[in-house]
Amino acid sequence: MRAGIFAAFVILVGAAVLLLVFGPITYVREAREFRPDPVAATAPPEIRMTDLQPGLPLPGPNPNTGGENPSWYERNAVALSEGQRLFSAMNCVGCHSHGGGGMGPPLMDDKWIYGSDIKNIYATIVEGRPNGMPSFRGKIPPEQVWQIAAYVRSMAGLTPKQASPSRPDHLQAKAPEASYPEQPPAGGLIPPSATAPQ
Amino acid sequence: MSAKPRAALAALALSLGGCEGPQNMLDSSGPQADTIEGLWWVMLTVTSAVWFLVVAAMLVAIWRRRVRAEALELSGEPKPHRRERSLGIAVAASVGLTVAILFAFTIYSFVLERRVFAAPPKDALEIQVTGHQWWWQVRYVHKDPSKIVETANEIHIPVGQKVTVRLSSPDVIHSFWVPNLHGKRDLIPGQEAIFWIEADRPGSYRGQCAEFCGWQHAHMSFWVHAEEPEAFQAWLEQQRRPAPEPPDDLTRRGRDIFVTGPCAMCHAISGTTASARFGPDLTHLASRTTIAAGTLPNTRGHLAAWIADPQSYKPGNRMPPTFLPPADMQALLAYLETLR
Repeated sequence: MRAGIFAAFVILVGAAVLLLVFGPITYVREAREFRPDPVAATAPPEIRMTDLQPGLPLPGPNPNTGGENPSWYERNAVALSEGQRLFSAMNCVGCHSHGGGGMGPPLMDDKWIYGSDIKNIYATIVEGRPNGMPSFRGKIPPEQVWQIAAYVRSMAGLTPKQASPSRPDHLQAKAPEASYPEQPPAGGLIPPSATAPQ
Repeated sequence: MSAKPRAALAALALSLGGCEGPQNMLDSSGPQADTIEGLWWVMLTVTSAVWFLVVAAMLVAIWRRRVRAEALELSGEPKPHRRERSLGIAVAASVGLTVAILFAFTIYSFVLERRVFAAPPKDALEIQVTGHQWWWQVRYVHKDPSKIVETANEIHIPVGQKVTVRLSSPDVIHSFWVPNLHGKRDLIPGQEAIFWIEADRPGSYRGQCAEFCGWQHAHMSFWVHAEEPEAFQAWLEQQRRPAPEPPDDLTRRGRDIFVTGPCAMCHAISGTTASARFGPDLTHLASRTTIAAGTLPNTRGHLAAWIADPQSYKPGNRMPPTFLPPADMQALLAYLETLR
């Protein structure tokens, strides 16, 4: 009897310790970056083809490469949904529609004329491309261009699913289910509930 | 309500907190707010009376129980039948009274609500108010498109006239609330709410979003300026004009920075090529008293700080920081100050 009480006590204390140690982890919220460093984030980007610099390197990330880690944007849900909002606000939809393409090429397929890397997409937006893509240099701050570039990748399904904006209201990269060839459901057409008990 | 208890209650309420000001339902400045305030006073009076009665009954019961218990102990002869009967009568009477009061309240507030939220007259001045995260877009509708006026976070209305307000929201639920003029009215995405407001004395009344709408909900306020009809018409005529041509080289340079730079991606200034509809219309920015939905006073210094670093004043808002060399910033500010 006493052993049972002791065991129950040990289990309770153990559960309390586990809660105290691991409980707070469930409350950790994804980081939101509202305020990028104003100068580094908005200075007009200078082209720098190499990271080699005489003397000590200039402080701050090279705005043209998104710092050391531009893929941060495509793993961050807030950045991706901001990109989705800006994609409409900056009138990308005017030519690319909601990824399906129109006057401009579609963005939700797997063809990339100028590369699918987030840096390639950033360069395409900032520099512009022949035959119609305007240059947004000096019009959209680099921070927001990275967000748009990350969202463009999410349309083609290239970003982690758990970070990508949920519930797209427009065209989706996935083909509609109605276009799939008809297949009999696994396990035959007769549901288990309709079969006689064996 | 007669003057004396009303004054006494007003003194009570005043002692609980300041009751005059630009954002106060007890300082009503229009017929609808008067009605709502009247309802509030009636309900406060009746419920206070009920509360005092209940507390008094409780005190009497505590006192009587003790006397009774002593008396019963002396006599040794309880009379449960009579006691139960009087208890039944008391409970029935108080339940009946409660039901009657609540029923009266329901009917009274229903009748007043029908008056307050009655359909606006057809020929009234019409304003479209759109709640964005986190600012208010205001549009004065007119049959002639060249006479449509668009502004932000500031509503001017003529005194003594009903003004129809059409509310909508493109993003999340907001709520339009100017306590001095009316109750709350929600802005639900995908549908339009129509009601009217009226001010019966000139003044500036503060409004506030009253439905939690995200990160900067608290910084989503606006001002309603009620003016005499002539002053209002003068203001409206001024707002209908396009932005004036910049008078000198500095302001011309500022205009060029605005229309060629990132500002024109979101903001519009009528009379220039800037016509984006994503941020507030800035055609008459200098005529407004605040910027960023009532967050900062509209002064040159605040404007410069807001342009350079909006995210430290209002984290999460839609305006990105804009880096400009100091000389360009001065030119831009000089231009923005001409937009009266």
